[in-house]
Amino acid sequence: MKYAYFPGCSLHSMAAEYDHSVLEMCGRLGIEMNEIPDWNCCGASSAHSTNHLLSLAIPARNLSIAEEQGLDVVAPCAACYQRLVTVQHETRHDVKIKEKVNKVLGDRSYEAKNDVKSILDVLVDYGIDNLAAKVEKPLQGLKVASYYGCYLVKPPKICHVDDAENPMIMDKIMTALGAEAVQWPYKTECCGGSLLLSNPDIVLKLGRDILQVATDAGANCIVTPCPLCQPNLDTRQGQINSKYGTDYKMPIFYISQLVAIALGSHKNNMKLHKHLIDPTELLKVI
Amino acid sequence: MVVAAQHPNITLLTYAEVEEVSGYIGNFEVKIKQKARYVDMKKCTGCGLCETKCPTKVASEYDLGLGKRPCIYKPFPQAVPNKPIIDAVNCKKLVEGKCGVCAKVCPTGAVNFEDKDEYITEKVGAIVMATGFDLFDYSKTYGEYGYGELPDVISGLHFERLANASGPTGGKIKRPSDHKIPETVVFIKCVGSRDDVKGKTYCSKACCMYTAKHAMQVLEKIPNSQAYVFYMDVRTPGKMYDEFYNRALNQGAQYLRGRVSKIFQQGDKLIVRGEDTIIGQQIEVAADMVVLATAMIPTHGSDKIAQVVGFSTDKDGWFTEAHPKLRPVETNTGGVYLSGSCQGPKDVPDTVAQASAAAIKVVALLSKDQMATNPRISVVDEAKCHGCLVCKGVCPYKAIDGKVVSERAHGHTIERTVASVNTGLCQGCGACTVACRSGALNLKGFTDEQILAEVDAACL
Repeated sequence: MKYAYFPGCSLHSMAAEYDHSVLEMCGRLGIEMNEIPDWNCCGASSAHSTNHLLSLAIPARNLSIAEEQGLDVVAPCAACYQRLVTVQHETRHDVKIKEKVNKVLGDRSYEAKNDVKSILDVLVDYGIDNLAAKVEKPLQGLKVASYYGCYLVKPPKICHVDDAENPMIMDKIMTALGAEAVQWPYKTECCGGSLLLSNPDIVLKLGRDILQVATDAGANCIVTPCPLCQPNLDTRQGQINSKYGTDYKMPIFYISQLVAIALGSHKNNMKLHKHLIDPTELLKVI
Repeated sequence: MVVAAQHPNITLLTYAEVEEVSGYIGNFEVKIKQKARYVDMKKCTGCGLCETKCPTKVASEYDLGLGKRPCIYKPFPQAVPNKPIIDAVNCKKLVEGKCGVCAKVCPTGAVNFEDKDEYITEKVGAIVMATGFDLFDYSKTYGEYGYGELPDVISGLHFERLANASGPTGGKIKRPSDHKIPETVVFIKCVGSRDDVKGKTYCSKACCMYTAKHAMQVLEKIPNSQAYVFYMDVRTPGKMYDEFYNRALNQGAQYLRGRVSKIFQQGDKLIVRGEDTIIGQQIEVAADMVVLATAMIPTHGSDKIAQVVGFSTDKDGWFTEAHPKLRPVETNTGGVYLSGSCQGPKDVPDTVAQASAAAIKVVALLSKDQMATNPRISVVDEAKCHGCLVCKGVCPYKAIDGKVVSERAHGHTIERTVASVNTGLCQGCGACTVACRSGALNLKGFTDEQILAEVDAACL
């Protein structure tokens, strides 16, 4: 399996551990990731709150480069995924939009022939049974609350996840890795996203609710494929605890970290030091 | 029903299915499958002893699984005839050959395990469809309401059984999970109705009224209870209907205008999260039970019976009336009438009115010796007709059949098949005139020549 890889800004900065673990995981599964040469911003938030055509044309350039290579595109970041899959959906379903996007692209052309995949799609394509067969270190003892966030699942017409209201893909992957997939009702609740910067009180409340419901459901960690959800839940637990008088120490993993560890990568190689809630104690149980 | 069963001119065929319908208005022939009851209706007195002794209990369909019934049972307390049948799928005697308790206790020897399906053929002049409705299965599409996996999220019909004195709880409203009496009950209207993404585009019409009734039942039957009703619009046009809704409000039902986005279990409460669009805020209610007013949909199998009888259904599967305003109780097939919610969502008064209208239409039809029909019907030019009978297949009213004509050709008398239009059945839709390859079929008043003349007049 071979994909064009779109890391986006997060995976090259804040979420470097996500980038690292995705490549580690894919290496172990024999999945080749070719970073799109000269990729540009996906346009998340700033472009689509400014101009619709701009928000389509910016990611279209990335997709057109991958299209030249004849590769499907993998965007591990949920926000990037949604921008890319949106332009693919709109250009496939509306000829006029396609014309406009191509006009903006100038010399380039984008025909929307290649698919856009999330990191969950990559694992589903690989086959959850095949993945289970490759597990070297089962994640026994981990009670994982799978947290999908919003970008990967909504709107359901565009995103490919199995079910927008109660997605199960990540839960099945966690079960395949030997972990216990805790069932909880907050899989797709809002983490507050970029409100962290403009209105942190909202993010603290949303984060508190998510951590509390996961705790009530019996989870000892949360796994997410989104580099917005991960820092919102991970880095704010101290503030949540002091604001609400709680005592959360819930490790928040990227899915690729847990997959790579289960496939045999050493936990010290997962850049776990970048997490504010130290998961090393928890990982001793496996 | 009891009165109908006792009327000398009414033959009631219950536990039976219509298998085939042939013929046409005034001359239908209907083949009916009388399903095996395993109980002799003549011998049985309906004493009910067998029902109390049957050792096998299964989930009751009438109570929607909330209660149990024996395998020899009357489907519901007021069933007509008030005599039991045996459920052949679950009866131990019929499945494994053991048991037979009902036969032993029956004082009249009415139980007959050898009973077989029988076929009856009846000649009738008219057919009235009254197949009713089912409820939309929200559990397949409404993930936000728990996909039917939250035990205390129930439909309005479940609630009816809970509140009914002959229901599984004897009329005490108890929630299914732990049989506790719910103090806070949330009602959600338009689940599957007016939802073109997950459900149906239409309004199911009866839900606003029955939800108001349910809310009042909660408030009246349960002390210190709270009833919250989430609604999109309150639609209560009808005599004394809005007054009824206002009574629910005055009794304390909290009406909240907005949709519910999510229901989930938290401890023994159901957290109902929604929006109150009037105050413009998100709200959360910790409920003990949630009742969904699910959309009405055509009865399971209604599309099949429409094909068997020979009339059309609309995009949602409701039976199509001949004209939405002027002929609402007739189908386009002569002699076939509609009553009640098989035609579209309806409440009780509307259903009674339409059923009465259908009955009187039949009386009017059967009281006449001759029938006036639409003169603009298809006619076959037998000289042009090749007898391919493509027209027979396209006719939605089964009005075309082949007939053999004899004619002289090259000094011989030959016989050949040509199409023949039944003037009583043809509704003048024109489908056959388009399908006919040799142009032998024409609609009276709209022949090809007449239409071309109109085109000439308009264009030349």
